[in-house]
Amino acid sequence: MNQLLQRELTSTLRTRGSVTNPLGFLLLSLLLFALVDPGAQGGQGSYLSGIFWVLILLTNLLSLDAMFRRDFDSGALEQMLISAHMPFVAVLMRIFVHWLSSGLLMTLFVPLFGLLLGLESETFLPIMLVMLVGTPALSLLGSIGAALTVGFSRGGTILALLILPLFLPVLIFGSACISAAVSGLSFAAPLTWLGLFSSSSLLLAPWATWAALKISVEMQ
Amino acid sequence: MGVGVAASDRVEWGFTSSAYGLAVLDQSQHLHQADDKSPRHLESVLRMLALSCQRDQRDLFEPLNLVVGPGECIELLGPNGSGKSTLLRTLAGLHSQYRGEYHSVAAVYQGHRLGLDELLSPLENLAWFAGLQDQRLDRDHALAALARLGLLAEAHTACYRLSAGQQRRAAIARWLLAEHPLWLLDEPFNALDVQSRVLLNEILYEHCQAGGAVVCATHLQLQVDGKVTLELEPVAEVLV
Repeated sequence: MNQLLQRELTSTLRTRGSVTNPLGFLLLSLLLFALVDPGAQGGQGSYLSGIFWVLILLTNLLSLDAMFRRDFDSGALEQMLISAHMPFVAVLMRIFVHWLSSGLLMTLFVPLFGLLLGLESETFLPIMLVMLVGTPALSLLGSIGAALTVGFSRGGTILALLILPLFLPVLIFGSACISAAVSGLSFAAPLTWLGLFSSSSLLLAPWATWAALKISVEMQ
Repeated sequence: MGVGVAASDRVEWGFTSSAYGLAVLDQSQHLHQADDKSPRHLESVLRMLALSCQRDQRDLFEPLNLVVGPGECIELLGPNGSGKSTLLRTLAGLHSQYRGEYHSVAAVYQGHRLGLDELLSPLENLAWFAGLQDQRLDRDHALAALARLGLLAEAHTACYRLSAGQQRRAAIARWLLAEHPLWLLDEPFNALDVQSRVLLNEILYEHCQAGGAVVCATHLQLQVDGKVTLELEPVAEVLV
């Protein structure tokens, strides 16, 4: 299990672009919003909290396409399907490392994004908490779509069509959390829902991803 | 010397299933030696029962009836598109469109794609592969396998820096460490130079000597004593 995690981490660290590019995309697109509407403040009732989650979803989508692509092309995926002693763990490690390099990383950069959007600094911590709870669902659900489309040479668009509807609950409850946090209200209820989505997809998504990978490898 | 196994639809199963059916037909020495280890030899490594692979609901070759016992090396021949790769993928469990049955022990599968992560070194790839099977990589063992394949100096070099032939040899190290009795190999001689081909033939021979079995699709003749040739017969085209 350590060896699996180590391999995922090493190969992710050796393709630094796959980690930094989505982050750069998020930063630039937030900057665009800040430039287009410089007067907008992320206060109560602001559209910026919604925009924030939308951009996080899109950023996630960008990095999802690469999730299994390299392994598919190199044949490592075939070997994984044949030899994996614990399929659930093998898939989960890949998803976990994807989350580390997308969800967790974006969470760490929240203060920077918050400054760009003109959010109050005391809302940073609640937003980080919300993202910490919500983003695992994005990597987990996204891995199903990534696994289904890995066989297509240009699966990016189909991936977006498949996965964005699945992301909707996360978007709804995530932005509800953030707008409540910005207004200084309790956001325990939507946060619980986010936690529910993340934990139920933790249980189910790796199996679905495994099945989808099998289909993709067989279709080639 | 090879024995063509032209399988027809209705071969008496009891007849073909004598584990050394194929071995006895072939008059090579080491297979008879293998007979002495009788209890192990009686178990078959791979059995195919009227197995025929399909693509798009179309059979690729005439159904196969074949028992592969320990120590046997099957050379799989057939023209391009005759289904060699598909047969190997089926036996490895990667292709589920087939008719008939097969029973196989744990196998190493080597397809056209090598299964090496190009960003990792051969040693790291071996460690990952061991981890997949929930085993720890024995480092000395792994280095010895790489040394045998002439890759000791490259053990820590990322695979994308290696030549095509070197990458292929790194993949062979994976078979050596996997300790699976059955090897399913799809064109393993591609990109290998003359010396490496000789080495690979040796490795295949040794694997069979040690009680393993090999099914190898190839366009080059295997230089393995006691090999059995299996030629896939394309299904006769039916004009509609």
